[in-house]
Amino acid sequence: MCTMIVDNIKATGSAKGRDGWFSITDISVSYDHPFHAPLEHALNIDFMARAESGFQRISAELTAADALELIKSIEKVLSEAESREIPLDTDILKAS
Amino acid sequence: MYTTDQYESMIAETISLTGANGDTISAYIARPLGNGPFPAVVLIHHIPGWDEWNREATRRFAHHGYIAICPNLYERYGHGTPEDVAAQVRSDGGVADAQVMADVQAAVDFVNSLPNSTARTAVFGTCSGGRHVMLAAAQVKGLAAGIDCWGGRVIMSDEDLNEKMPVAPISLTEEVACPILGLFGNDDQSPPADQVDTHEQALKAAGKEYEFHRYDDAGHGFMYYHAPMYRQAAAVDGWAKIWDFLERRLG
Repeated sequence: MCTMIVDNIKATGSAKGRDGWFSITDISVSYDHPFHAPLEHALNIDFMARAESGFQRISAELTAADALELIKSIEKVLSEAESREIPLDTDILKAS
Repeated sequence: MYTTDQYESMIAETISLTGANGDTISAYIARPLGNGPFPAVVLIHHIPGWDEWNREATRRFAHHGYIAICPNLYERYGHGTPEDVAAQVRSDGGVADAQVMADVQAAVDFVNSLPNSTARTAVFGTCSGGRHVMLAAAQVKGLAAGIDCWGGRVIMSDEDLNEKMPVAPISLTEEVACPILGLFGNDDQSPPADQVDTHEQALKAAGKEYEFHRYDDAGHGFMYYHAPMYRQAAAVDGWAKIWDFLERRLG
């Protein structure tokens, strides 16, 4: 792990980890040696819960080319939602 | 050299050390049983964490007659699988060099104080641990040798320096206080071959004792037998170079 290229964002959402669903607090994106993918460097995405109750994570290790395709795919899907005037929800729904 | 008529025994266990800032940290120690006295090796784990490869390497050094200890440099992040702990460290941009050096100093002091130690101790590290070896060679007291395996970011631009990593290891070359063994793959991207050239030239210009061995058809982490970058011939020769170097430098 020698590039130390990393970027972090605060995030809201859910991810399904080893012990079931958890609430995401942070997403960490790095381009560095992966733990598992057979690549020297990978675009690593960690969906994380950094909570007092403990740390949870699900991860993906992608080729750089596939990561760029993923960006396009996300933009395409959200763009279609906008064009169909489907609201892009940013607020967590509160249970009544 | 091992022969089949030898009695062989070792103990390997997790212990606690007092590391940087007085923190209690875990360390994995493997050591031959007997009066010895034995020379020692401190392993600095790589950014993937205090993982199985480093534990196996620790036992391998003990198998070859060294007291070997690998401190958990990520102790402050709590416990979990090595990958999950390391992912938090990666997200935070690594751990501070000063903290690592203090933890390594604690491990060196511990093994040098053991009653069956010769107090001749080497430091060994791969990847980010190789970079830490070059820092330790200049900053940690009580070292007799250093083994830098494909340590990247020994050379750093001013933009790469930050609060956690305020100094490029190559800038401390004059202070390197022990002989260095360097093992590198010529296809590595971090460190690339031209940076290894520059590093070697700096050691030579400073009059330091060093030996670099470089392998064609090998890149980063060529000794990691659990990963596709493993290169059998380079790995076997690299380990042979390590045993030879330690025999000469630690006795």
